Amino acid sequence: MELKEKLLSSFLAFENQVNVDSYVHDVRSEAIKTFEDKGFPNKKDEAWKYTSLNKVLKEDYSVFAKDAEALDYKDVKQYFIHDIDSYKIVFIDGKYSSHLSETTHDGMDVCLMSAALTKPKYHVVIKNYFNKVAKDESLSALNTAFSREGAFIHIPKNKLAEKPIQIIHFSTGNESALMLQPRNLIIVDENSHVQIIERHQSLTDNAILTNSVTEIFANKRAIVDYYKVQNDKQTSSLIDNTYINQKDQSHVSVHTFAFGGKLTRNNLNFYQNGERIDSTMKGITIIGDKQHVDHNTLVHHIEPNCESHQDYKGIFGDSSTGVFNGKVVVEKEAQKTNAFQANNNILISDKATINTKPQLEIFADDVKCSHGCTIGQLDESAMFYLRSRGIPEKEAKALLMYAFANNVLESVKIPELKKRINKLIANKLGVNIGFDL
Amino acid sequence: MNKYTEDDLREELKTKEYEYGFYTDIESETFPVGLNEDIVRAISKKKEEPEWMTEWRLDAFKIWKEMEEPEWANVNYEKPDFQAISYYSAPNSKPKYESLDEVDPELLATFEKLGISLDEQKKLAGVAMDVVVDSVSVATTFKKTLAEKGIIFCSISEAIQEHPELVKKYIGTVVPKTDNFYAALNSAVFSDGSFCYIPKGVKCPMELSTYFRINQAGTGQFERTLVIADEGSYVSYLEGCTAPSRDENQLHAAVVELIALDDAEIKYSTVQNWYPGNAEGKGGVFNFVTKRGLCETNSKISWTQVETGSAVTWKYPSCVLKGDNSVGEFYSIAVTNNFQQADTGTKMIHLGKNTKSTIISKGISAGKSQNSYRGLVQINSRAENARNFSQCDSLLMGNECGAHTFPYIEAKNKSAQIEHEATTSKIGEDQIFYCNQRGIDTEKAIALIVNGFSKEVLNKLPMEFAVEAQKLLEISLEGSVG
Repeated sequence: MELKEKLLSSFLAFENQVNVDSYVHDVRSEAIKTFEDKGFPNKKDEAWKYTSLNKVLKEDYSVFAKDAEALDYKDVKQYFIHDIDSYKIVFIDGKYSSHLSETTHDGMDVCLMSAALTKPKYHVVIKNYFNKVAKDESLSALNTAFSREGAFIHIPKNKLAEKPIQIIHFSTGNESALMLQPRNLIIVDENSHVQIIERHQSLTDNAILTNSVTEIFANKRAIVDYYKVQNDKQTSSLIDNTYINQKDQSHVSVHTFAFGGKLTRNNLNFYQNGERIDSTMKGITIIGDKQHVDHNTLVHHIEPNCESHQDYKGIFGDSSTGVFNGKVVVEKEAQKTNAFQANNNILISDKATINTKPQLEIFADDVKCSHGCTIGQLDESAMFYLRSRGIPEKEAKALLMYAFANNVLESVKIPELKKRINKLIANKLGVNIGFDL
Repeated sequence: MNKYTEDDLREELKTKEYEYGFYTDIESETFPVGLNEDIVRAISKKKEEPEWMTEWRLDAFKIWKEMEEPEWANVNYEKPDFQAISYYSAPNSKPKYESLDEVDPELLATFEKLGISLDEQKKLAGVAMDVVVDSVSVATTFKKTLAEKGIIFCSISEAIQEHPELVKKYIGTVVPKTDNFYAALNSAVFSDGSFCYIPKGVKCPMELSTYFRINQAGTGQFERTLVIADEGSYVSYLEGCTAPSRDENQLHAAVVELIALDDAEIKYSTVQNWYPGNAEGKGGVFNFVTKRGLCETNSKISWTQVETGSAVTWKYPSCVLKGDNSVGEFYSIAVTNNFQQADTGTKMIHLGKNTKSTIISKGISAGKSQNSYRGLVQINSRAENARNFSQCDSLLMGNECGAHTFPYIEAKNKSAQIEHEATTSKIGEDQIFYCNQRGIDTEKAIALIVNGFSKEVLNKLPMEFAVEAQKLLEISLEGSVG
């Protein structure tokens, strides 16, 4: 049975497990209809021109996972940023693991989507925010239809979340192939600040497909730093859909570190509904083998005096494919917009491919918008300089690549995370560099 | 280089309401409207074409019937009804003329208004004109000078008669019949166009040029141009267009094929100033053009275009850099005003080693117009050391227009070096203030700034064209900033 049919029939089974009289269920029913109409995207869709899901969709995924055994913290410790104090929301095969997690309701909510969707006290919040910024694209709609579990974070007014929040999804391989659809909702009220680290990690060689949707609402003057660490196994694929709604003077930054996975697609959408907003999206991609990473970004400038910054760096080896599809839309009212977009790539193999499409759509005249995009190699003279000082070729190359990726790392605000990313980059490049950048 | 004075501009601006919008009353022979196999056959018969050409057209027609009109471009317009167009119209005064005296005086007057007096042209600068009025070549000058060099410069229908081996060998090789909807349509019904062949090692001594005009009401113009530069040769080719003002939309679907064999160089310049519709967006020409060049080893193709006219423009002059060390260039200025829409750009396909391409695109949008740059740079896996530089700048005037860029970059070789830059800006108040301070009024200041913005491209145009283009820029943007 094709995955689409399977999902559609699973929805009926899903309805038996959840409360069908709720507001959320109306949203779900609407969403499954959207998915039924649109189906999975294919290469004919302009936004999917360079990324084909065919191979990924061929697997016979289970839609509902069996209950997994509990994981021992010491076995999975390496996937946490364990040297700092943090809140943790951990899922195993899509189910909440209270054993590994550390949540709170003290002054703010760092808890579960399932609770938020069912408990009456969250009724108003869910009605106001759930599925309000996610668009009815087919994959997001599919997630909405099956939305049940994920992280729910609500930081009230004037609150500084004193420690970062880690959201980690493990998959154990209980099923031969598993499809996960986590749904996260993050609401940050006026003047509040939060840092979030998100990771999807497979512990098995069985196929995993994650279709994740995260909605972030940054109200006035809120500051949100979001980090996505993607260093998964070669058998896992991730489709990450993130929608961010920003209000006046809020600052939201999203860093995406894409080092692993079979196919990774990041749909990152910023909607600026207010003035003097700052949106930042940065990314480092280092992949090899037959990996495929696609960054698809959208910044929608709706009101005046806002800024957006995009900086994506990519290093592509072996037969890997990198895609960057960045779109900046500036509406007629959004005068005095500053929008910058940079995409720099290095190809280190003859079989690697880069497809990039930095796109501007501008309807306002008093704006500063620019984009730059380069594809090139490591500088030969710089290589020679390093080699002539006794640095072996591999290390010299790695050094240059570090330097290349560095300005993305610079803006990471959690030092331990930065250290960890550094280590991941070193591993990825197969070198050991004894210093931090 | 600008001989054009401010007073001239002032005069010009008074009459800015599409100065070339007039209609010559020459009795034309026009086919009934609609398109079917019989019409295709009739066109072919009319032109006394050999059997293979008729078959080629019919084949293209079959392909066209299966195709759908593309919708991916960032333009909105009412689709033309292809069955409501007459596919052939030729000026009636036949047969061909030996000298200018025989040419219909009314036609000559038309050229006079356009500023191309043939007698003057003959005496003046080394420009040979293959003048096309409604699809049939009626006058050719300097043919003899060119013939001495072995250069063939004639209408494509003449070429089909007299040089069938060349036409047969090259036609459809760069833009195949199956390429796209409009190319297939053109292949089936092309009425006339220019053919140019430069033999081995010959540098064409003068700029070759044609003027296309759409003249008869309700007839689409389907031009076919084929330029072949044999090994080691050089040619510079100019194409300029004006069309009379008309209320219903006119369709133009041309195909231009350039072939640069080893070590050859082709420079192809276009100034397009077709009727853009009036200030309310009514009328205007639909311009759906397929232009492509093929570069063999060490050859070079350079496209330069100034696009100021047409209601809808859909045009991507491209280079297929097949041979090693070949070079492709694209320089473009696209100006849109009122309700004009332009979706234009280029494709650079790098196949050979050490191939280089440069793209400079300047888009200026004013009024309620939409201006898009759409480009593709593709480096194939065997294209070692390919190099590309792209720059696309947009200038916005007023807050009701839009500027869009859709650059596609695909690299499959690690030695590729690609740079792409794009900026969007408006004319700064400080720039205007600076000019005003020095006694230059706002209108002229804008002309000055736009000129500066476009300089990189204007400089690439041959002299005669550069002056005309500058003038066009100023006229097209008149009144766009208050």
